[in-house]
Amino acid sequence: MDLSELRGHKHYGDRAFHALAVGAAALVVIVLGMIAILMTQRAWPALGGVFFTSTRWSAAEGIFGALPFIWGTLYTAAIAIVIAVPISLGVALFVTQVAPPWLKKPMVSLMDLLAVVPSVVFGLWGVLVLSQHFGLGRSFLTAGIILSIMITPIITSLAREVIETTPASEKEAALALGATRWEMIRASVMPHAKGGLVGAVMLGLGRAMGETIAAALVIGSALGQITLNPFASGNSMPAVIANEWGEADQPHKAALIALAVTLFVITIAVNLIATSIVQRSMKRSRGA
Amino acid sequence: MNRTIAIAGLAALCAGGCNKKKDEGGGGSANAMVKDQAAVKAPEPGGPVTLNASGSTFQKPFQEAAIEDFTKANKGVKINYGGGGSGKGRQDLADQVVDFAGADSPYKDADLAKNKGGDVLYFPILLGAITISYNLDGVDKLQLSPTTIAKIFQRDIKKWNDKDIAADNPGAKLPDTDIVVAHRSDGSGTTDNFTKYLDQAAKDAWKLKSGSTVEWPADTQAGAGNPGVAQIVKSTKGAVGYVDLSDAKASGLKFATVKNQAGKYIEPSADSSSAAGDGIDVKDNLLFSALDAKGDAAYPITYQTWVIVYARQADHTKGSTLRSYLKYLVTDGQAQLKPLDFAPLPRSLADKAVAQLDKIQVP
Repeated sequence: MDLSELRGHKHYGDRAFHALAVGAAALVVIVLGMIAILMTQRAWPALGGVFFTSTRWSAAEGIFGALPFIWGTLYTAAIAIVIAVPISLGVALFVTQVAPPWLKKPMVSLMDLLAVVPSVVFGLWGVLVLSQHFGLGRSFLTAGIILSIMITPIITSLAREVIETTPASEKEAALALGATRWEMIRASVMPHAKGGLVGAVMLGLGRAMGETIAAALVIGSALGQITLNPFASGNSMPAVIANEWGEADQPHKAALIALAVTLFVITIAVNLIATSIVQRSMKRSRGA
Repeated sequence: MNRTIAIAGLAALCAGGCNKKKDEGGGGSANAMVKDQAAVKAPEPGGPVTLNASGSTFQKPFQEAAIEDFTKANKGVKINYGGGGSGKGRQDLADQVVDFAGADSPYKDADLAKNKGGDVLYFPILLGAITISYNLDGVDKLQLSPTTIAKIFQRDIKKWNDKDIAADNPGAKLPDTDIVVAHRSDGSGTTDNFTKYLDQAAKDAWKLKSGSTVEWPADTQAGAGNPGVAQIVKSTKGAVGYVDLSDAKASGLKFATVKNQAGKYIEPSADSSSAAGDGIDVKDNLLFSALDAKGDAAYPITYQTWVIVYARQADHTKGSTLRSYLKYLVTDGQAQLKPLDFAPLPRSLADKAVAQLDKIQVP
């Protein structure tokens, strides 16, 4: 066998791999760009005027104001975050710092299992158990609770990984200085993991805002609701799209696509912020 | 050659289908054209053929029963009816994704031009009642006039013993219970027809206009699909909602009798819906509204649903299979309707639908 032939072969493989990788990366960008362009184009007739100012959503009169739905999306996501973050951080800290090794593995796989339950199952559970059995009704709160359960595994698993990157030397240093376990966590783990934890929460927030079916089932589908009362029925952007698309005509359709564009922009913004925070914290921790 | 067929087809359609002005002069030649088309008998569909359809969920139970029966008798034929809502059905047919669509309301005039396959034909296949279902202990008979229904659903009336309800029910004992209004959370042909009815029959009282979704007051409850609304009514004391007859019966709900144009309170049933179909004006293209129909026995919140197909079929086997399936739907298939709590088409309408089958042009 000739050595140059081998090298040539390898070179060919390298090039193919390079093309494949670049192609895949480009494809993602192209698809994302095309989604953005096409949707904005289709949503254009509805995006102007009262879309971001009105609280009325009337297909009969052609008035489409998205404010209550934007509010519903942000409010339910906020409720979800308020509930999910303490639980997720608690679980992550327990698994990494407190739990004995024999408990750690099953805990981790249990949390990961929660992440693969389809959202419609959570939604139905919300309808049957939370809103009927516990009498919470269909409301912002019910939706928030369901969303919090759905984002807990995501935040937990990211938080666990970030926390585990804390160098053992720093933790041992704190303990050696006489710190209790809690003081060690506060002094060594938290400062180290802070950036990554914020990123984890932001990714959870993105998921909560985009969740469709579960929210559609339990949020109550009430129009025009901009209220802090968690027991009120409301509506969120993805839920409105899922509920109304099947029977929509123009200009109703354009308005629904405009909702999708708005949601797209908000979730992308949240995710970009999350990634940048995570990356910055990674860099810092690697530097340390 | 193709163009001549297209033009002839258009002319035939327009004589039968244009609802603008009747053109007596053109009628004769178009009829001749139709006869020509009818002469080409649909041969027995040979070989495996699949028809795909989507649209109205209202007619889906009937489609399912009909498909089972039809495909049993016609081996090699497969029909998929996907549901998804009337709007989806119309869009899918416009894009030629499906072979036929089910819809509770026709295309808007402005959208017709966007249909890729040319002119469409509407075949009415059944009528159905929308009940005013309620959950009220001790009240087993409830009579409602359209104005009272309008006031209840837009929350002008909030108690069951309100004077308007009492006026509709002389002598009845009505409790001092709060009314809980249940409606659809999803866009729906049922909502469209229910609100159209109120817009028509309770013009002065009804303020929410009509459509597949309307601006319900915030202090109302929403459920997904007819079963979702039925579920809310069933589980909530004092609740009232609009639910199609078959779902209302399936959930064991009580429903009100509704005052019709003749001033009679009529119970929703297959018969009273068929009666509504008897007293309506049907346009030449078989479009009509069974809402608020005349006639003593007519249940006023009766609505209709169509199968929509392209007049000019591109494929021979598919086209002829589609024609024989449609024929089955408006003739023998009608027997399947009553067990499903749907109303069969009245004779006059079924005959018109059968006659229209000849307008389907199969190459």
